[in-house]
Amino acid sequence: MAPAVLLRAAVCVTGRFPALAGVDLVVAQGHVVVLEGPNGAGKTSLLRVCAGLLSLTGGQASILGCDLGRDRAAVRRRVGMLGHAAALYDDLTVAENVRFAVRAAGGTASGTDAALDRLELGGRLRRTPVGRLSAGQRRRVALAVLVARRPELWLLDEPHAGLDAGARAVLGEIVADVAASGATVLLASHEPEESLPLADRVVSLAGGRVVGERALRAMPQGPGAADAPDAGAPAAGAPDGGVRRDVVPGGVHVA
Amino acid sequence: MWRDTVLVAGKDLRIELRSRVVLHQVAPVAVLVLVLFAFALGPDRAPMVRAAPGLFWVAVLFASVLAVQRSFAVESAEGARDGLRLSGLDPAGVFLGKAAAVAVQLVVVEVVLTAGVVVLYGAHVRSFGDIVVASVAGTAGLAAAGTLYGALAAGLRVRETLLPFLFLPVAAPVLLAGTRAWQAAMGIGAGSAGDPWLRLLLVFAAVYLALGVVIFGPLQEAP
Repeated sequence: MAPAVLLRAAVCVTGRFPALAGVDLVVAQGHVVVLEGPNGAGKTSLLRVCAGLLSLTGGQASILGCDLGRDRAAVRRRVGMLGHAAALYDDLTVAENVRFAVRAAGGTASGTDAALDRLELGGRLRRTPVGRLSAGQRRRVALAVLVARRPELWLLDEPHAGLDAGARAVLGEIVADVAASGATVLLASHEPEESLPLADRVVSLAGGRVVGERALRAMPQGPGAADAPDAGAPAAGAPDGGVRRDVVPGGVHVA
Repeated sequence: MWRDTVLVAGKDLRIELRSRVVLHQVAPVAVLVLVLFAFALGPDRAPMVRAAPGLFWVAVLFASVLAVQRSFAVESAEGARDGLRLSGLDPAGVFLGKAAAVAVQLVVVEVVLTAGVVVLYGAHVRSFGDIVVASVAGTAGLAAAGTLYGALAAGLRVRETLLPFLFLPVAAPVLLAGTRAWQAAMGIGAGSAGDPWLRLLLVFAAVYLALGVVIFGPLQEAP
């Protein structure tokens, strides 16, 4: 099975500067990968490239086996992204926003109630216009959209931002369930203490390049894991049973 | 495509029903245009009746700019445009859905304006059928062209000022043909025939609807 994400020398120039300056990244299906790095490292750009929202100016990108350059529409139907903005309509209610997103993706709205209940958006809140919600509640609605849509690749950009402790715990459960179901999660975060317990692997970015990479646990043998270049890494010899790999220009150094 | 059209049109109309921007702001502005022109033309009824068709279409044109701006403003807030691009909806369906929602809103404005023209200007309609055909065709053309240019301007910081600049010159044939078709339907002007102008309105609508279906996708992807 094809990797969920396959980037080869991916270059993406927005404006005068390269947001991605030659990224090589392979993520097997069913894995949870955390992207870390300082502001401007290229985390958000990488997620937007994977979602087909940004086009590459060089290199290759294949998402869930589909070439991004040729079949962007097919990729978008299978990918869900939680960006910095919630991508919701203020004048529609919580339930209407979720139902619209699910139907737009070709699904049925049958999972809407369950998704809203899971994010604690049931009862009176589901009939409340999104414009009247707090930032954290809006974030939960955006997450409910993904839960109801059930994409094969989840792209989460700073998903913990604005969430209270309860919602963060629910997010952790959702990510775990998603990975267990065989879907893939690519998560960009500034808050490693929140994200690392969820992660199989951490990829460090700086200046639009991958500058480091470490596995935090033995890779799960999910769908496609066996064929992926990052699969089957030895679990011994590194803290918490994982393997540390530092990527250096020109190759991958395994420590 | 048709399923996506209905979905997007339903969403946009539901947003309008909640916010009532067209009903509470755009329609009153359009009526205000009629009232101000009535003051400018003076108390004599004859010039007001002669000018009524043109003023109706000028008011509709301004209303269409506001409706299109509103249609794309709801997509630019909170990254909803990205959400729409990521949704997997057929771009042709998105175009037709947004154009249909704008057209429905314009029809509401036109009903209000027609009442205004009759009451304020004392205009009489001789051929109600021609008025309806001209209005429907003109509305479809304005909605299609407006949606197309709205998408073109949507990603830009200066979209509010750029849209009228791009759209109004393009919509001039609708203003001209709509006015002439209405004049014919109201019996204004000696020997005026409305059919060629009705045909022009229909061709304009067909061209922009077809153009939108084909190129809305690339426009939506523009940065």
